[in-house]
Amino acid sequence: MADLEASTPSLGAMGGDVRNEVKKPKKKKVLLMGKSGSGKSSMRSIIFSNYIARDTRRLGATIDIDLSHVKFLGNLTLNLWDCGGQEAFMENYLSQQRVHVFSNVGVLIYVFDIESRDVDRDMATYVSIMSALTQYSPTAKIYVLIHKMDLIMTQVREAVFMDRVKLVRQKTAEFLQGSNFAGGDVDLTPFATSIWDQSLYKAWASIIHDLVPNLSVIESQLASLGVLIEAEELLLFERTSFLVVSSWTSEEGQNNPTTDRQERISNILKHFKQSISRFTGTPRNAEQFTLMEHKAGGRFSIFCLKFTTNTYLMVILPPGEARFNAAKLNCQIARESFKFLDGPISAGGQSSAA
Amino acid sequence: MDSPLRGRDPPSELEGGSRILLRRHSSVLSPAQLNLERLSGKSSISSVVFHKLPPNETLYLESTARIQKDSMASFMDFQVWDFPGQIDIFDNPTFDIDAMFGEIGALIWVIDAQDDYLEAVARLNVTILNLQRTYPNIKIEVFIHKVDGLSDDYKLDIQRDITIRIQDELSDHGFENAPVTFHLTSIYNHSIFEAFSKVIQKLIPRLGSLEAMLTNLCRTCRFEKAYLFDVLSKIYIATDNAPADMASYEICSDYIDVIIDITEVYGSWPRSKGYRESLEGAPWNQKLDDQVASNWAESCMVLTDANRPIMLREVDKYLALVAIMKDDSYDKMPLVNMNVDVVVQGLKEFFDITKPK
Repeated sequence: MADLEASTPSLGAMGGDVRNEVKKPKKKKVLLMGKSGSGKSSMRSIIFSNYIARDTRRLGATIDIDLSHVKFLGNLTLNLWDCGGQEAFMENYLSQQRVHVFSNVGVLIYVFDIESRDVDRDMATYVSIMSALTQYSPTAKIYVLIHKMDLIMTQVREAVFMDRVKLVRQKTAEFLQGSNFAGGDVDLTPFATSIWDQSLYKAWASIIHDLVPNLSVIESQLASLGVLIEAEELLLFERTSFLVVSSWTSEEGQNNPTTDRQERISNILKHFKQSISRFTGTPRNAEQFTLMEHKAGGRFSIFCLKFTTNTYLMVILPPGEARFNAAKLNCQIARESFKFLDGPISAGGQSSAA
Repeated sequence: MDSPLRGRDPPSELEGGSRILLRRHSSVLSPAQLNLERLSGKSSISSVVFHKLPPNETLYLESTARIQKDSMASFMDFQVWDFPGQIDIFDNPTFDIDAMFGEIGALIWVIDAQDDYLEAVARLNVTILNLQRTYPNIKIEVFIHKVDGLSDDYKLDIQRDITIRIQDELSDHGFENAPVTFHLTSIYNHSIFEAFSKVIQKLIPRLGSLEAMLTNLCRTCRFEKAYLFDVLSKIYIATDNAPADMASYEICSDYIDVIIDITEVYGSWPRSKGYRESLEGAPWNQKLDDQVASNWAESCMVLTDANRPIMLREVDKYLALVAIMKDDSYDKMPLVNMNVDVVVQGLKEFFDITKPK
């Protein structure tokens, strides 16, 4: 228990410093674009509305722009613009609504359907979108998702993906040269995704990761918590989407051969949340569990607890009963230092609960 | 000491020789169907239940042309024989009926509820009559399959219709109380696991004692429902005497899945020696093995809904006890763990005693 007492003051002091640095909440415009039927709305529903992959069959085509405000971590509101991909709409975005759509964009997520028959046409549309974007929001981050990768045979998946990414990069470079874009190189991040496995979580976690304010503060706090409780790994999840917001891995934990573990755990827990909601009859987006613990004999222990109002914390520990209980208590105490995650909106609710 | 609930090392040595506890064959037969395209779903059932194939991938399974024997390494070793639908075993002299049915425990007959089942029912009747004369102990389980997508009323209508047709035929031939049971199943939900569970339970000797143990545990620890699961197949081999409902079975079996999946991520790699040694130093100053309270996997989850916890405890390599507890029992977990420990010892003794010598 000595460990427990030692940890409290140090974490508390650290929390005090950072609270002043917390930035004001900001609205970011996130454009979700791509050809009609490429799966934009499906992935949005899976990530933010807790659909399971099967359910997305029920979704119809998006008409014009589907605007949604996704609250993320309390103080970060994602202004998500799901743009219907039919050609008539696309032309409309590029002409009449050009300023309206492309100004003040934080992130553009462009979805390519790997199965598309007419790649040239896709690329042409992509280039015209890029030209509009670089005109009105030159600082926007660009993510290219090569989607429906499950339809490609596993052996050639990597090669097909690299091929397509090369093509996209080449088209982007050609366009930039032609247009004499002042901002220099465009920051473009490609991902291979599929709604049928965890690859989707990987892409979205990294998109979200870049949008979260005060990230370095969260990371340094997680690291000191991790060291104090002798954890192997800490994962901080957002409450509704169960995307990994931030993580910390110990030196030993980095030897874990499963490299896609974060998105796998997101996927596993999210599916289980569905099961619980069927069992309890509560809505899918509601909070489903407060604590989960698993002690696997002499191998490892793990617990996942409701951390702050908007987050869950998963802790992977080496075996040991006392270590496990102390870590659980320490994490409950550490909540106080992570309160800033909930931002000013829920600050009142938090303090009254405490 | 590898287990799916605690994790395993990368394969370094071969698993020990398979133990034969019980040799009971539960064979899967189907109605004779001359038309190959019309399949009732036998192979899909065994792939989903015993090989963890996702239901939507069963579309790619090929039609069964020969008898396929599948051995399950589980708490009791049993075999599943998958019979092709188009072979008539009683008319074909090349089949050794005695070798086939001599040791059999249960016969599962799959009927496609979405197809015209009259012929299938007629063939089933012939089979039951043949079997009843020579092997009256074989339990006959009829799976009325592919009922997903049918309305509840319609399902029950079909079940009633098939039941009446079979019972009438049997009583016409003088078999009043033939051991025939009917189940409505689908591979797209948990009903197929539930039906298989009921079949396997009939093959367990002294099931009553097992159930009594679990009922006792539920009363002592105020559990809502307890299941003894075969971890790999998600079949439950015993439960307490509270009425079983699908919802609690589903959540328990999904919970096992979650634990297996998480364990695969974090329990499947060996930690370095230096690291383990460093964990034994200050402030603990204890061997790592002594720091651990239980060598078996223990798990618990508290649902937000009325703070209802679910608990899981590994019994042996193949079995796990999963229970749904009542509100706020989490505070009494240590006590619950002690009680569960006693019951687990009892279960182990039970399997030791009932193991065929």
